[in-house]
Amino acid sequence: MTATVQSAAATAGHPGASGVDHGPLDTAALRAQFPILSQSVHGKPLVYLDNAATTQKPLAVLDAVDGYYRRDNANVHRGVHTLSERATAAFEGARSEVARFVGARDSSEIVFTRGATEALNLVAMSFGAMVLREGDEVLLTEMEHHSNIVPWQMACARSGAKLRVAPIDDRGELDLDAFEKLLGPRTRIVAVTHVSNALGTVNPVARIVALAHAAGAKVVIDGAQALPHAAVDVAALDCDFYAFSGHKVYAPMGVGALYAKRELLDAMPPWQGGGDMILSVTFEKTLYNVAPYKFEAGTPDVGGAVGLGAALRWLSEIGIERVAAYERELLDYAEKALLDVPGLGLVGTAADKAGVHSFMLDGIHPHDVGTILDHHGVAIRTGHHCAQPVMQHFGIAATARASFAVYNNRDDIDRLVAGLLAVQEVFA
Amino acid sequence: MSELRDLYQELILDHGRRPRNSGKLDSPTHHADGYNPLCGDRIALYLEMDEGRVKSVSFEGTGCAISQASASLMTEGIKGKTVAEVLSLFRKLTATVTGRDDDAANEGDVELGKLAVFEGVSQYPMRVKCATLAWHTLRNALEGKDVEVAVTE
Repeated sequence: MTATVQSAAATAGHPGASGVDHGPLDTAALRAQFPILSQSVHGKPLVYLDNAATTQKPLAVLDAVDGYYRRDNANVHRGVHTLSERATAAFEGARSEVARFVGARDSSEIVFTRGATEALNLVAMSFGAMVLREGDEVLLTEMEHHSNIVPWQMACARSGAKLRVAPIDDRGELDLDAFEKLLGPRTRIVAVTHVSNALGTVNPVARIVALAHAAGAKVVIDGAQALPHAAVDVAALDCDFYAFSGHKVYAPMGVGALYAKRELLDAMPPWQGGGDMILSVTFEKTLYNVAPYKFEAGTPDVGGAVGLGAALRWLSEIGIERVAAYERELLDYAEKALLDVPGLGLVGTAADKAGVHSFMLDGIHPHDVGTILDHHGVAIRTGHHCAQPVMQHFGIAATARASFAVYNNRDDIDRLVAGLLAVQEVFA
Repeated sequence: MSELRDLYQELILDHGRRPRNSGKLDSPTHHADGYNPLCGDRIALYLEMDEGRVKSVSFEGTGCAISQASASLMTEGIKGKTVAEVLSLFRKLTATVTGRDDDAANEGDVELGKLAVFEGVSQYPMRVKCATLAWHTLRNALEGKDVEVAVTE
């Protein structure tokens, strides 16, 4: 990840930065905490390299969710009975954990959502409606995931604003000069991914935030692929919104969060109506609750939030800097090993990458690669990765993508490479 | 690994590498495009019908080995057949690759011939769409539907 983000996090007292143990990770012990990994697929020990799609869950998370439903389950913010108090404490405790992990000033700046997609839709619906007028502009990059494109297209269609797209180069890096030129007096919102899910590119988000703010635009960062791989400090970054999914950072599916500056949340209108987001309701007039509750209509996924809190606590205890350093070394090892495979080309060769190597094998379609690798027990993703504009940029329909988590090791990469050689044998 | 060879049989690999009847027809009477958004596989299918029979057929496409081989072997398998025979073959093939053996048996006399090579696809639910894209596009062409996305369910 960028030096800017890391150093900012270190000085801002990120939990990972204060970890006692800075030695190398005991990855064997870490791996043993993931029961799902100790199975065989097609008679071969599972090698799971589809972590950018979703990560597996450690015992700490499985136990937290299980414990919540066995002991504490009740609806939150409602009852006065003991279980409801416990459930509310667990839910709000998880919110504090999220706030601490991303470096928010206060837990009221964290809105629970179903995931990064819902978080981005929330910003596009609510903040978009508040600021976008005809002729205004929303600036994206060519490397965005569909979830950071489509909500903005919808917001533009509603408001008459225009979508602008900053291009990427052939390494898969954002063309920062072009980005700067596209920033104009009508740019109200810049929506950019922190790490590209299809290419692994780490964007210089601190620089992007500074440029956008200088032009008077607010910045929305899609952090779904960044949070598992490096320290993030939203206060140091000074971004206005930061969205992420729990399930990509070792937590259950169905829960995620939006960080937003408190003053923005206070000013923004609610986007869904229902219980919990109100103070009082009559047929004549409804008073809305304060942020973040104003944006959390209906019963939330409390068990999921508890799992998310447990996942972030677990990562903090390991130390996110140690995770980042380990994964960097693993990514470098994987790059060398992959480039030794004859006929393999990487798609996305940015100087700063995290978590992902996308690639093509000469003359063999990624879906055939994926099916045959699966027979060797190796799980990767193949397809357009919900980033079709990226595929269009490189003139391809799909890539094969290996993506890494803290429980992966060099053996996994050796198995991937052996599997790729076996793929080539089938097609020889 | 024997299971994997059920899918990637030599005939499929051969047709995937060197698709037959590839290109555009000079004077097609029927045409349809097919697209599988999951894989990005694309096919453009051209038919020349003469007195109710397939006189010529060709395709242009990009995609995985299964999808390209399926299109190639389909063009070989339907040449000279009547529309009714082609549709019967469509039903038999799609029933076979989706593992609906009873439906496949209902097609009576129709023979899959070389197309039986796709029987192994039924063990790979995620790959069924690859094997059926060309066939759904063919049916759309015969029915005069030139739709952007061939529905392969």
